[in-house]
Amino acid sequence: MTGESTDDIVVKIRNLTFSRGNRKIFDGVDIDIQRGKVTAIMGPSGTGKTTLLKIIGGQLKPEMGEILVDGHNVHKIKQKDLYELRKRMGMLFQSGALLTDLNVFDNVAFPLREHTPLSESMIRSLVLLKLEAVGLRAARDLMPSELSGGMARRVAMARAITLDPMMIMYDEPFTGQDPISMGVLVQLIRKLSDALGLTSIVVSHDVAETCEIADYLYIIADGKVIQHGSPDYLYKEGNPWVEQFLRGLPDGPVRFHFPGVGYEEDLFAGALDPTDIDK
Amino acid sequence: MWVLDKLQAIGKSSLGIFERFGRATIFLFHVLSGIGSLITRPQLLVCQLFFVGVLSLLIILISGLFVGMVLALQGYYILSHFGAEQTLGVMVAASLVRELGPVVSALLFSGRAGSALTAEIGLMRATEQLSGIEMMAVNPIHRIIAPRFWAGVISMPLLASLFSSLGVLGGYFVGVLLLGVDDGAFWSQMQSKLDFYDDVLNGVIKSIIFGFAVTWIAIFEGYDAIPTSEGVSRATTRTVVYSAFAILGLDFVLTALMFGN
Repeated sequence: MTGESTDDIVVKIRNLTFSRGNRKIFDGVDIDIQRGKVTAIMGPSGTGKTTLLKIIGGQLKPEMGEILVDGHNVHKIKQKDLYELRKRMGMLFQSGALLTDLNVFDNVAFPLREHTPLSESMIRSLVLLKLEAVGLRAARDLMPSELSGGMARRVAMARAITLDPMMIMYDEPFTGQDPISMGVLVQLIRKLSDALGLTSIVVSHDVAETCEIADYLYIIADGKVIQHGSPDYLYKEGNPWVEQFLRGLPDGPVRFHFPGVGYEEDLFAGALDPTDIDK
Repeated sequence: MWVLDKLQAIGKSSLGIFERFGRATIFLFHVLSGIGSLITRPQLLVCQLFFVGVLSLLIILISGLFVGMVLALQGYYILSHFGAEQTLGVMVAASLVRELGPVVSALLFSGRAGSALTAEIGLMRATEQLSGIEMMAVNPIHRIIAPRFWAGVISMPLLASLFSSLGVLGGYFVGVLLLGVDDGAFWSQMQSKLDFYDDVLNGVIKSIIFGFAVTWIAIFEGYDAIPTSEGVSRATTRTVVYSAFAILGLDFVLTALMFGN
């Protein structure tokens, strides 16, 4: 993992610290994302997985720490350079984030029209190529409101690969999907990564689907990396926290009950005072 | 203790207002810096001119017509007491181009287009569309916000002019065709008593300033909205309320500057 040569690491996060209000989201997090691999970042809801992607993309600024993407410190480079870097970083938002006033074709063509001087006929060919890759070539005239959740994410995927980026960040790609859509998305992420040689960062809490495609896993909770390694390694390693998360056990290091005063104490706190009964 | 708490709360909310105004000003500078992208891609502006300006035409034209008709009706009954009904055209036109045209059309504009801009931008934020655009290496302020802002600034004086024009026609219809004011007197009095610079141009300047203020409020409220349905709803309400305050407050200041001795 961290012993890999620097060239193989696309995203290097060191000592990341980030808070929202008084709540510490990340407290000294170190993560390495290897080139050409599917790396999953997992953890319970509210652990800041989406925030992490926004920090990598330069949309949020950390309090402390260093985020290097392909050797560039995301939060120290000029805005112009950050935008250039973003052209090589695709991101798939949880909602798809399709532009609702554009149809499927125009959504996928959007980055090409913004960043390239290509002719419309060339753009058409490229867009159809990308839509074919996600199986939605025939849906190019539909508006985002006419798409199912799974289709919207596939369109967003086609849009994310339009500029042939070096990496794609997937934010909760499987949430709220039916089994067929989920299967399609799982296969697409793996196939796109293999076919295009993409580096993929998948943020998710869907254990089975993510472990199926991930080469490497990071599990984060309480602002820290709890454990990292290959899926097989983590399943076998026996860390009680990881065990609870991966197997979905209701109680363990993460308590079933929300922290608070003891049950007995709480019950008796509201009990009738015996002297009140006489009154 | 109670007094201290109250004072602290007042101080905190005052600081909050200044902090928000500061953010709105910085936001405005970012929007103004995006004018270059509109020069190279004017179609973005044309598209927004349609949504912001053309689609506001119906409410502006109908309101202008009725305001002019009511003005003529009310003016006729007062002026006729002094035998001055021939000056009805001046009264209607002066009221419209100096005050009612810019002010009422700006209030209507904030309700029709301003609230729509806030809701649209707020929802784009709530559905991560603005973040998505940013991650596609496109500046959302330049690509999405700036065209809407300039469309509002350009549309407002045109809409106010049309409001006043329709108002004058409404006044003509009621005053001349229904109440029998002399046709020639209606137009000639208007032509001789109204000054292009003092009356018409000042009205246009007012509407440009109102357009700037209303659109600035609308886009900032949308961009700054809490990205939830309730947050967008509140932002839309704030746009209409703050715009009304801004229009009426600015109108007083501008009137004092333009027409005061």
